[in-house]
Amino acid sequence: MSSHASTELPPHAQAVLAEVAPADLPRQEIIGNRRDFAWITDKICSITEGPTPTWWWVAFGVACLVASFTVVGLVYLVSTGVGVWGHANPVNWAWDIVNFVFWIGIGHAGTLISAILCLFRQKWRTSINRAAEAMTIFAVVCAGLFPLFHVGRVWWAWWLFPLPNANALWPQFRSPLLWDVFAVSTYATVSTLFWYMGMIPDLATLRDRAKSKVKQIFYGLFAMGWRGSNRHWQNYEMAYLLLAALSTPLVLSVHTIVSFDFAVSLVPGWHTTIFPPYFVAGAIFSGFGMVLTLMLPLRAIYKLDDLITQYHIDCMCKITLATGSIVGYAYAIEFFIAWYGANPYEGFAFINRAFGPYAWAYWIMIGCNVITPQLFWFRKIRENTTLVWILSIFVNVGMWFERFVIIVTSLARDYLPSSWGYYSPSVVELFTFFGTFGVFSVLFLLFLRFLPLMAMAEIKAVSPQADPHAGHDAPAHH
Amino acid sequence: MSEQIHGYLAAFDTPADIMHAAEQVRDAGFQRWDVHTPFPVHGMDSAMGLKRSRVQSVTLLGGITGFTVGMSMVWFMNAFDYPLIVGGKPLFSPLFAFPVAYELTILFAAFGTLGGMFLFNRLPMHYHPVMKAVTWPRATDDRFFIAIDAEDPQFDADRTREFLQEIGGKDIAALEP
Repeated sequence: MSSHASTELPPHAQAVLAEVAPADLPRQEIIGNRRDFAWITDKICSITEGPTPTWWWVAFGVACLVASFTVVGLVYLVSTGVGVWGHANPVNWAWDIVNFVFWIGIGHAGTLISAILCLFRQKWRTSINRAAEAMTIFAVVCAGLFPLFHVGRVWWAWWLFPLPNANALWPQFRSPLLWDVFAVSTYATVSTLFWYMGMIPDLATLRDRAKSKVKQIFYGLFAMGWRGSNRHWQNYEMAYLLLAALSTPLVLSVHTIVSFDFAVSLVPGWHTTIFPPYFVAGAIFSGFGMVLTLMLPLRAIYKLDDLITQYHIDCMCKITLATGSIVGYAYAIEFFIAWYGANPYEGFAFINRAFGPYAWAYWIMIGCNVITPQLFWFRKIRENTTLVWILSIFVNVGMWFERFVIIVTSLARDYLPSSWGYYSPSVVELFTFFGTFGVFSVLFLLFLRFLPLMAMAEIKAVSPQADPHAGHDAPAHH
Repeated sequence: MSEQIHGYLAAFDTPADIMHAAEQVRDAGFQRWDVHTPFPVHGMDSAMGLKRSRVQSVTLLGGITGFTVGMSMVWFMNAFDYPLIVGGKPLFSPLFAFPVAYELTILFAAFGTLGGMFLFNRLPMHYHPVMKAVTWPRATDDRFFIAIDAEDPQFDADRTREFLQEIGGKDIAALEP
């Protein structure tokens, strides 16, 4: 096409074209050592097929123990009353909502990787999307626990849904809290559908390799009789693209609606229009922190260096850097608007955040969220996986504190000084939150053991030897 | 013999081989045949002469249903069945009903998409003759297959086998029904 066009151009124009022609940059290898299809299948299937490693049992035991803290904490809460949490006027939303927003935000990276990066045709996503989607679902499970039990009498939590009840009352749709019920339950459902559909071809691979009858039935049942038919792939790829296109506005809407819980209220420090974009950026930032926290140890344990290459880590670090910078910018703009808006309550709310009784939490937040991601500018740091892992923990911590700062400082110092207070969590809250890391780990370890950790079919499809025209243009390198 | 078999399954080793073979099967005018690959091979849809997928029609149907359900539910519950005055706000406005309708649009469209994929693929189908072939397990691993159905009007037990050999098919297996 271009050669045809250039023959019609005068010589000087052709000379210019030759000069501005794009450089022939080699594509970044997304699979190390030119691994072939069979190697990819063996590598990923061996994670579920091999004997259960000892470390898995140890980790599973520890995770169950940690999860028991949540179970005990919630049993105690239900049997005694919601007062066992440290909430008291004026701070009636505290760790429960902080933890809810924290966990739900973590989930957002999974959807970003599976949906948004799919639409942007970022091929490197294929190595991490499955695990990130699993992370999303398990994080939403942990998130859901907190508002569910914060309603007090959890056995009436079904009143949140538009189901007919004996009082003939319906939910009140003018409240953002109810929008949140719909947003979070839709998010959990659609994420699960997306995760499951992506897994069907890989479950078929596990089915065809399974030696025992139990495994054949288990994987066979969920593989739905998938047989890699191209007539099926055609509909499957269309459905995958559509689910990606549906999940993208979904993930943006979920944290937007979570931020409405605050932004629609009249509390100084909450009532701001910057919240939706700022919350979404923060959610993706925290989620990528968690993806790095999870994937780097897995890469080392299962020796996945050829599938999660330095290029993948670079990409994840750069997204963390970008979203972290947006978050830092949002912190600055909040202060600017508080000053520029000339509302004394708003101004006080922000001065109080940085220098009031919760200043310690504010500066932890700034340290972790504003300074940590900036270190990812440096290639040396991105190439040091241990350091990247430690920094990813800082991101997780920082994003938890962000929610704490937003929620608690604003409530503890509202309009009337006579109602001011200081909130500290009760030991029950501490235990319940601590235990959710166990709940998350239990679910994630089960996923590792029984389901394909990586999207084999997708990785194969983006590998260089999958291109049906590759064999003719250039000799293959072996 | 042709009465007894379901068809033939021929193996190919690379995506390029299966592409060219599929083009030849298409050009030979076969109707009831299929390609089985461990991953979607880029360009195979046109090599097989397939028409565009119709999954999106179910997605659209789901989306429209979700939006309608969302809007009418909010109106029915808060403005019609049990009018509830809250903070002097109107009993119904599409603005506050929008977030719920928006989420339900996505929810129903997602179910429609997955359901449409299953519907048009005629899945779940836990048994299929191709899976019985000894060469089969590598179809979800690293090999590429063409299956020609015995019910195809052009199918002939001997000539179809020869044809598959000509286009480069290996390990040709007769499929039991």
